[in-house]
Amino acid sequence: MNALPRAAELGLIGCHVCGLVCRDAHATAGAAEVVACPRCGVALHRRKPASYSRTWALLIAAFIMYIPANVVPIMRTASLNDIDDNTIISGVVELWKNGSPDLAIIVFTASIVVPMLKFLALGTLLVSSRRGSSWARQQRAGLYRLVELVGYWSMLDVFVVSLLTALVRFSVLSRVEPLPGVIFFGLTVVLTMLASMSFDPRLIWDGRDTDD
Amino acid sequence: MGTTSEALIVCEHCDTVYQRLALARGEVARCARCGKVLQRHYRLSANAMLALIVTAMIVFVQANMWPIVMLGLSGQHNSSTLWGVIIAMWREDAGVVSVLVAATLFFLPLLKMLQLGWLLWFARQGRRAPGFVPMMVGLHYLNPWTMSEVFVLGALVAIVKAHAYFDVTPEPGIYAYAALTVLITVFAGIDLRRLWLTPGDAA
Repeated sequence: MNALPRAAELGLIGCHVCGLVCRDAHATAGAAEVVACPRCGVALHRRKPASYSRTWALLIAAFIMYIPANVVPIMRTASLNDIDDNTIISGVVELWKNGSPDLAIIVFTASIVVPMLKFLALGTLLVSSRRGSSWARQQRAGLYRLVELVGYWSMLDVFVVSLLTALVRFSVLSRVEPLPGVIFFGLTVVLTMLASMSFDPRLIWDGRDTDD
Repeated sequence: MGTTSEALIVCEHCDTVYQRLALARGEVARCARCGKVLQRHYRLSANAMLALIVTAMIVFVQANMWPIVMLGLSGQHNSSTLWGVIIAMWREDAGVVSVLVAATLFFLPLLKMLQLGWLLWFARQGRRAPGFVPMMVGLHYLNPWTMSEVFVLGALVAIVKAHAYFDVTPEPGIYAYAALTVLITVFAGIDLRRLWLTPGDAA
């Protein structure tokens, strides 16, 4: 049907770790047997195992973490006469007001836009691939590459809070302390990264008849 | 072909099968179906990559030994190294974050550079290093978890935030980190899977 043959149709598997192209021995091997890559020894899979359920589980867990990450303050600034708790968004607003709108936009992108993009993009990919949709396949493939590329930049705010905690410690005059929001946010980033790793982009191109 | 083939490539993102090409300088092969990069031209020899890794290691040591930023407030001064950051987060009951920072900015980058250095040291002699297979598999899995470049941007944001209330002096560590980011960017474009090819070809 297409001039571009796919490995699964030819009975081949590309090893996901070392890239070696191997003949798919799953048919001749016993059901319980693990077929390993002869070059690197990692188990070969036609598709990432249980990609849909794993990705959904991690994505939902990440979203649950993302709610307290935004509602609970991530950082406390304490000085002689006042205590100021900042959430992610109030930190962005403060940065904007203090005269660095460009950096405020970067932090906003890393902390708000990128996680939201990951939830929406992976959700869309999961639903459309499950339905075997042929809608905008190339764009969806590009969307997945984008998610993979920008994913880890969300750690930005976690590093900012950590640095300020270490630096701003002037006994009673001024102190910065991390608050639980930053832990939730760190976990959100890790979980979304795991979610995008467990999604198999080959599912975008698989028709209605193939499944994991 | 037998049961495996080094002459073929399968696109990781859509499963399309291609013949491996000999690319000219600067050329990049993309998948015709999904657009994912399949192959890049080997711009750097194993020797040049080893030189880059050794440079990165030296810069990494400096980036971790030297303080990153110094803050001043009415005569008092405070500065911190990366380990100062990790310890501060641990003491402030943010153990999860402390472990995340230690892993993504110290242990995993260190492990990555040591393993690459080891593998390339042997690759330049056209040999496979002892422990080649487990190290290559390990590198594949730890690759997405090194975040030094994000930390540089984070330091910049922290400086700007602190600037409103404190006297901020950048310390040598921040420059070492900036240099490390440049080296990481150079390295990011290199496909290390070439080391799997028959030893000798890779050098």
